Amino acid sequence: MTAATAMPLGGRLAALAAALFAAPASADFGLLNMTQGVTESSREIYGLHMTIFAITVVIGVGVFGAMVYSIFRHRKSRGVTPSKFHHSTAMEIVWTVIPLVILVAMAVPATRVLIDLDDTSGSEMTVKITGYQWFWGYDYRGEDVQFLSRLSTDSDRARRLDSGVRPASVDNYLQNVDQRLVLPVDTRIRFQITGADVIHSWWMPDLGWKKDAIPGYVNEMWTEIEEPGVYRGRCAELCGRDHGFMPIVVEALPKAEFETWLANRQASGEGMTAQAEAAPETDGELAAR
Amino acid sequence: MTATTYNDASHEGEPTGFTRWLVTTNHKDIGSMYLLFSLAMFLVGGAMALVIRAELFQPGLQLVDPYFFNQMTTMHALVMIFGAVMPAFTGLANWMIPLMVGAPDMALPRMNNWSFWLLPFGFAVLLSTLFMPGGGPAGGWTMYPPLMLQTGTAFPFVIFAIHVLGISSIMGSINVIATILNMRAPGMTLMKMPLFVWTWLITAYLMIAVMPVLAGAVTMLLTDQYFGTTFFSAAGGGDPVLYQHIFWFFGHPEVYILILPAFGIISTIIPTFARKPLFGYSSMVYATASIAFLSFIVWAHHMFTVGMPLAGELFFMYSTMLIAVPTGVKVFNWVSTMWRGAMTFETPMLFALAFVFLFTIGGFSGLMLAIAPADFQYHDTYFVVAHFHYVLVTGAVFAILAAAYYWLPKWTGHMYSERLGQWHFWLSVVFVNVLFFPQHFLGLAGMPRRIPDYSVQFADWNMVSSIGGFGFGFAQLLFVWLLYKCIRGGQQAEAKAWEGADGLEWDVPSPAPHHTFDTPPVVR
Repeated sequence: MTAATAMPLGGRLAALAAALFAAPASADFGLLNMTQGVTESSREIYGLHMTIFAITVVIGVGVFGAMVYSIFRHRKSRGVTPSKFHHSTAMEIVWTVIPLVILVAMAVPATRVLIDLDDTSGSEMTVKITGYQWFWGYDYRGEDVQFLSRLSTDSDRARRLDSGVRPASVDNYLQNVDQRLVLPVDTRIRFQITGADVIHSWWMPDLGWKKDAIPGYVNEMWTEIEEPGVYRGRCAELCGRDHGFMPIVVEALPKAEFETWLANRQASGEGMTAQAEAAPETDGELAAR
Repeated sequence: MTATTYNDASHEGEPTGFTRWLVTTNHKDIGSMYLLFSLAMFLVGGAMALVIRAELFQPGLQLVDPYFFNQMTTMHALVMIFGAVMPAFTGLANWMIPLMVGAPDMALPRMNNWSFWLLPFGFAVLLSTLFMPGGGPAGGWTMYPPLMLQTGTAFPFVIFAIHVLGISSIMGSINVIATILNMRAPGMTLMKMPLFVWTWLITAYLMIAVMPVLAGAVTMLLTDQYFGTTFFSAAGGGDPVLYQHIFWFFGHPEVYILILPAFGIISTIIPTFARKPLFGYSSMVYATASIAFLSFIVWAHHMFTVGMPLAGELFFMYSTMLIAVPTGVKVFNWVSTMWRGAMTFETPMLFALAFVFLFTIGGFSGLMLAIAPADFQYHDTYFVVAHFHYVLVTGAVFAILAAAYYWLPKWTGHMYSERLGQWHFWLSVVFVNVLFFPQHFLGLAGMPRRIPDYSVQFADWNMVSSIGGFGFGFAQLLFVWLLYKCIRGGQQAEAKAWEGADGLEWDVPSPAPHHTFDTPPVVR
């Protein structure tokens, strides 16, 4: 009902916006639903999402249908006399028990997926993720590869107040970084997630989850990416001024290519230690870069 | 006191002008002040929301600095929750509970005065932080450490303001409980009380239970900041997640504090305009009590992504899903009340029906959010923002508006302009959906909440949402105009302003005289 009222209005406004602001071609009214992602877990989560959504739609059709019918039929202007009933134990038991049964039926698959997501054993490699104000640090455990990953410079310039740069003219505005987290496909990867200063949250929709990066905690999560590609996510927990400007980019490579990348990275000897020790740059320095 | 039950001349020698309002102990005066204060805060918080929606109208930063944006999201929430919705319900309680139970006033009239007058001072402190060095609080209304500890000069003032508002709420609740339990008219047993009174009784207990918990949490923040404690600092052996547990132990009952009185209002209005008794009165009472009980054991569903043990995630997922059962009972009962009634659709009924539709949509998204693995995707996105605005704006705020239209004749003695009311309703209900429905899409497509700028694929729905926001915001000015007109004059209201109305409040004249039920009525 509401989507239908919003859509034509939105369409006209988008046309208006296109004329006024040259709206980006990539903007999309078609973006309506959760991604299925590229892992088995993310597809299972998508499946749970669609199941519970379908359940609510069915219940909604019943409840709203009864309301709409009642609103049209049981109105005083049609000259009806109001009924006097005000109680029905049988009905009340029915609509207490049926929802309970539906909920139990829904809890079963949800529990199964949750147990699966919780099990981080059997991993083939481990990446430590650290949230900073306002960038990410990645550490391939035992591989001596560590680096920081910040918002790409062109996005960073464009996002300044009154920068004069149209976001649409920037490649992957606010979802590009200087150094991507490169991961192999078909590999069970364990993540250890922590925060250095305040709480952040590492969210990659295509992997199906987010996990908070909390100072003093090491949270664990795992994934196994099935398709090579570039996947984009962002920080999901309010972490201060530039919370909106610390994107995440994962590049999933076939195993062999990943090994090559890792070897090159090790050979170049770019450790993170020196960078991490340095104080985060001021806004001025960032802008100057 | 005068022997005449309804004698407006009985308060000779009482102060007039501003002093009258400052020192009043009359529940009607105090109720009016609560309601007008809440309307003012609704407009202030709404203006902040419009700053947010204006900045989000298109990608890129056009209007405000990200840090100021964060102040706006934080203050918008604090002002709307503690300044608009809670005082509105307390105002309604002040006006209506004595009238509904046949009491001459609230049980503790002087404390009543104090609990109101704390509010303007609390909010003066809270709003003044926006002008302090370093700006107002910008860590979200949830005030999670360590981020909250980065607040500037504003920090202690915010916490002081929260203490003041909390004391006000607790005193208001004590008053409500004392009034309901001690001052009911003879014959009005608990199970004969109007549902608005029942829901408020339960709400008041919730508030007394959890406001001190919030006070404790923010005090621990304060000592962490200034007195060297490390409750929430891992470096000192503390735990940042502990704060979240304490906060949401307050926070989840709090969201039911914001909705249970609304349930009472809807359960009053639908029978009136359906001309049919409420379906399942006692199951409504039990459902309300069940929701209140469950509200204490579901808090960590706000924290599914903090890394709880599996057993914790499962427990909080199951308990949260359970809430759907009593909430469903309520919705089914409202629909059954409508069924085979003889409905008319004056403005209060329109808002009440919109409440049932749209609150249910908010309930559906709530059920989706309860599924912990799916919440790993939904958490902290615009899907959550859409969810809680459906339950709080089209839920709590629509119920408050419905209540205002419903009882305005009793308060002012005048009928409001039905034509303006219908305009206000239809503009509100259309724009509020344009505003919040697309936010479901944005969240599912990957837009986090509390960000001042976004990547371009989110541009279209954000623009639609902002247009809805401005439409909804300006539509509320119609209500202000209608209210002004209704207070100034209009068609004289009868004692029983609505044909199907039921309850003691309709036995007294309209406007309700300054003193009512000096002699208690007898309830059969």
